[in-house]
Amino acid sequence: MENRSFMAQWVYTDTVKDHFMNPRNIWDEKEGWKADGVGEVGSLACGDQMRVGIQVADGKISDIRWLTYGCASAIASTSMMSELAKGMTLDEAYHLTPQMITDSLGGLPEHKFHCSVLGDKALRAAIDDYLEKTGQPNPYKGTIARIICECKGVTDVQIEELVKSGECLTFEALSAKTGCSTACGKCRGRIIELLEDYKHIYAKD
Amino acid sequence: MSRIIYMDNNATTRMSDGVSQIMRDNLELYGNASSMHTLGRNANAGIEWARGMLSSLLGCGSGEIYFTSGASEANNTVFNTARELIDRGGQRNRIVTTTIEHPSIIETVKYLRGLGYRIDECPVDSTGMVRLDEMERLMGPDVLLVSVMTGNNETGTIQPVARVAQLAHGCGALMHSDATQAIGKIPVDVNALGLDYLSLSAHKFYGPKGVGALYARSGCPLSAFVHGGHQEKGYRAGTYNSVAIIGMGQAAREAGENLQQEHDALWSLRERLRLAIVENIPDVVINGNQEHCLPGTLNVSFPGAEGESILLYLDMEGIEVSTGSACATGSLEPSYVLLASGVPVELAHGSIRFSLGRFNTREDVDTVIEKLPGIIARVRSMSTRRS
Repeated sequence: MENRSFMAQWVYTDTVKDHFMNPRNIWDEKEGWKADGVGEVGSLACGDQMRVGIQVADGKISDIRWLTYGCASAIASTSMMSELAKGMTLDEAYHLTPQMITDSLGGLPEHKFHCSVLGDKALRAAIDDYLEKTGQPNPYKGTIARIICECKGVTDVQIEELVKSGECLTFEALSAKTGCSTACGKCRGRIIELLEDYKHIYAKD
Repeated sequence: MSRIIYMDNNATTRMSDGVSQIMRDNLELYGNASSMHTLGRNANAGIEWARGMLSSLLGCGSGEIYFTSGASEANNTVFNTARELIDRGGQRNRIVTTTIEHPSIIETVKYLRGLGYRIDECPVDSTGMVRLDEMERLMGPDVLLVSVMTGNNETGTIQPVARVAQLAHGCGALMHSDATQAIGKIPVDVNALGLDYLSLSAHKFYGPKGVGALYARSGCPLSAFVHGGHQEKGYRAGTYNSVAIIGMGQAAREAGENLQQEHDALWSLRERLRLAIVENIPDVVINGNQEHCLPGTLNVSFPGAEGESILLYLDMEGIEVSTGSACATGSLEPSYVLLASGVPVELAHGSIRFSLGRFNTREDVDTVIEKLPGIIARVRSMSTRRS
């Protein structure tokens, strides 16, 4: 009789598996690698945290290292992000999106998407840090803003900055500070969603 | 891949050879056990044999055993019974349970609370054991049902069920325990524990999946949860899954015969694993109560290393375990049992549960001890939290 036993695929795509098993550009302390800029995002409360270091030469990311506390898809996302970012101009790297990371990984399950969101945020934080340390103007900060509250013209970047600094950690605080959602109120759900996302990314331990 | 080392026996177990054999022997037993003809009576004979095996294991009468699809259904049946008594306007209208129960109780509690029922969840101490002082405080003349699991699936902590039963009975309440994880590992006698209801599931003690039982003490209230037939004296409708029930009977028989021996063997393997982990891996935290613990369960946190990563690297080596990490559950929250037991969030994310079973050997444990330190070192080496 025919043998009809079942065999499952691995949890994630083969590319994720490869980057999980053989992560690229890990920040090994013994290597003595010095970063020009460092960015760290995530929180242990949510179970993932990433630190990205970059070296910059001629306006490009010449080398990159990272560390991740997180699950397999978080490790693979950071590894893939590091491969994508290496060689990019700062401008290109700043605009690297979570979608580019997940596409390069061959996709991630829906509930794992936030792992890739952390990767590009950490990279951006590292670029911010590099520009600040070297006393250069930061032409990127704020350029990727999208208007969330149309009535009051409040952008996602404004919300992000307020959450990141710890100034506003509730919807009420955000609304009081920026006026968001005080007119038609249709953006309320989206603001709360963003608030939760940014809290997840920037919450301190 | 070489042999799989299965250390996830609290999730489910492999069927024993004896169980597989008796199920194969009875696969053609297709008669409906409720039918009066020969094939039906044969199936019924198998079911009644299994009922006898279960009742000897639990120290109860065979008429007090009701077959269900598993412990989740048995738990729901008990809570549904309480709900019906409350709906009928009984004087007692409060249920007391704990923060560490199986989801089939935790979620039922949420559902019933949403409908306005009064339910209290007793907290546990830092070893995952129910706090008797809090339990005592929660007792009262309005308590209808108290439900406390016998042993916890994640930490392995054995609960003071007999003591809670005294408290419950002291105020006239009914006592239920979900003994799913304890059966076949420690003695579970309904009279010694003072239980009015008990839930169990066959697949946790080397029986088949999809079958379990509810013990309900004779004379205690019981309401049908599944209506529509006269099976189980009208308390549980649905055609009998005869082959699975027979398999469960065999599993119960083996559990009763080998209890002490099995307990000691599991505890010895578990302690071998625990001591080697503590000795060979820096900075580990053992979770749960180490004195009152199910013999095969070992829950360890590895600070700086995240659970899903550890689980998948172990899986690559053919070692199968589970984790309390959020990433493995699809939510952003790690194990509620560990959090309720006071385990800090990061340690819950970095927790691994080894649950040993009858088929694990010393060689299995030694292989884990050989592979694990390298995996933890590796995960920590790429972690922002490396020590």
